[in-house]
Amino acid sequence: MIDIAVVDYGMGNLRSVAKALEHVAPELDVRITDSAQDIRDAARVVFPGQGAMPDCMRELDARGLRSAVLQAANSKPFLGICLGLQMLLDFSEEGNIEGLGLFSGKVEKFHSPAMVDEQGNRLKVPHMGWNQVEQTMKHPLWQGVTQGSRFYFVHSYYVVPTDISIVAGETKYPTSFACAVAKDNIFAVQFHPEKSQIAGLTLLSNFVLWEGGSAITKLRKVA
Amino acid sequence: MGLAKRIIPCLDVTNGRVVKGVNFVGLRDAGDPVEIARRYDEQGADELTFLDITASSDNRGMILHIIESVASQVFIPLTVGGGVRRVDDVRDLLNAGADKVSINTSAVTNPQLVKDAADRFGSQCIVVAIDAKRSTDASGYTWEVFTHGGRNATGLDALEWGEKMEALGAGEILLTSMDRDGTRSGFDLEITRQFSDNLRIPIIASGGVGNLQHLVDGILQGRADAVLAASIFHYGEYTVNDAKGFLATQGIEVRL
Repeated sequence: MIDIAVVDYGMGNLRSVAKALEHVAPELDVRITDSAQDIRDAARVVFPGQGAMPDCMRELDARGLRSAVLQAANSKPFLGICLGLQMLLDFSEEGNIEGLGLFSGKVEKFHSPAMVDEQGNRLKVPHMGWNQVEQTMKHPLWQGVTQGSRFYFVHSYYVVPTDISIVAGETKYPTSFACAVAKDNIFAVQFHPEKSQIAGLTLLSNFVLWEGGSAITKLRKVA
Repeated sequence: MGLAKRIIPCLDVTNGRVVKGVNFVGLRDAGDPVEIARRYDEQGADELTFLDITASSDNRGMILHIIESVASQVFIPLTVGGGVRRVDDVRDLLNAGADKVSINTSAVTNPQLVKDAADRFGSQCIVVAIDAKRSTDASGYTWEVFTHGGRNATGLDALEWGEKMEALGAGEILLTSMDRDGTRSGFDLEITRQFSDNLRIPIIASGGVGNLQHLVDGILQGRADAVLAASIFHYGEYTVNDAKGFLATQGIEVRL
């Protein structure tokens, strides 16, 4: 029995994710895998991703993993990270490509003209570094994570879900965007918990205990 | 509330030890890389950069071993550079646990490496390191790119080179002033500012930090997105936390 399957579809470095999971749960069997059967058998699934979304979608399909990932996302504790969040939406501006469509909405680019801070300085893209996450929903994965904690980001695109009630966290760069979404057994984040020191390790240790779902109460309305 | 400026301790590693020199020569032993990495993580370092300055390729395996060990204990971004010549070198470092790989000399001898590595692994993990040295011409100061740890002049203009690296897919630039490196007289703010104002990707300022005000100057005057320093941290003069506390008092957003 695999406790946690880390989905390997050839996009990016999965060692960091696996090492962080092993660190918070040394007793669990954490497996980096490209096997659909492993994903079906695992108790929990982590869906990471780096690089460009068209490549991610192509590689996922080339390995025949789409249906196993969709099935996991509909049935067991599922954590999307970075591109593993973006791929859950309908559509991405990056390569104008369709995503997995688990969430209605799209993935947009940080457009240069808008990338100016309050002092008029130009903001860099990719959005790279430690930024604050405002938790907009009470959720088991935020347990023990201080409101406004900083997490490590590196990305040039961000998600815009149609249904704002699934937004679990927001970050400003320079305007607010959804950096975490949650629904039923899915929790997906734009930042990298595996690289976010204590805040990230706390979130991951919550994930390995999470049974999915639970009562989720909104803390405040998302604008 | 917004993106924090990053403080990045740099560990020059050779034969399994952290060392530090002045103007790229005269190395002094500063300790065990895994131990130092853990200490900086506890102090609140935002990232760590390891430069493998081992001259011989025989010892390449050692840096992979060190990175594996650090990556299983320290959960912040790790950048590794030094001797990266092929796409396979990038892959090996990422597999060992590096999050970003820094390319310096080979970017000059083979710019296609930057593009190939960015295409294969994503721009987010490709850092191009540029060692720049001031020279004068009729119009005033210019900065020239040097390679091989500062030994070889290339004839390339540093800013033009940086723009070319951005176009080829670099996700970040590590800009080191060779005139300042190891001198403790502060960053070369002029070239840092030129890079920050002209490139769209993040700039890490490096070379010359001797006190905490230098870090502030690199951010406020050089407009760097991140500042890298080695000796002020290695010998215990300041902790990373001291540096962050000081930056915060100067109105700079940091991760505390």
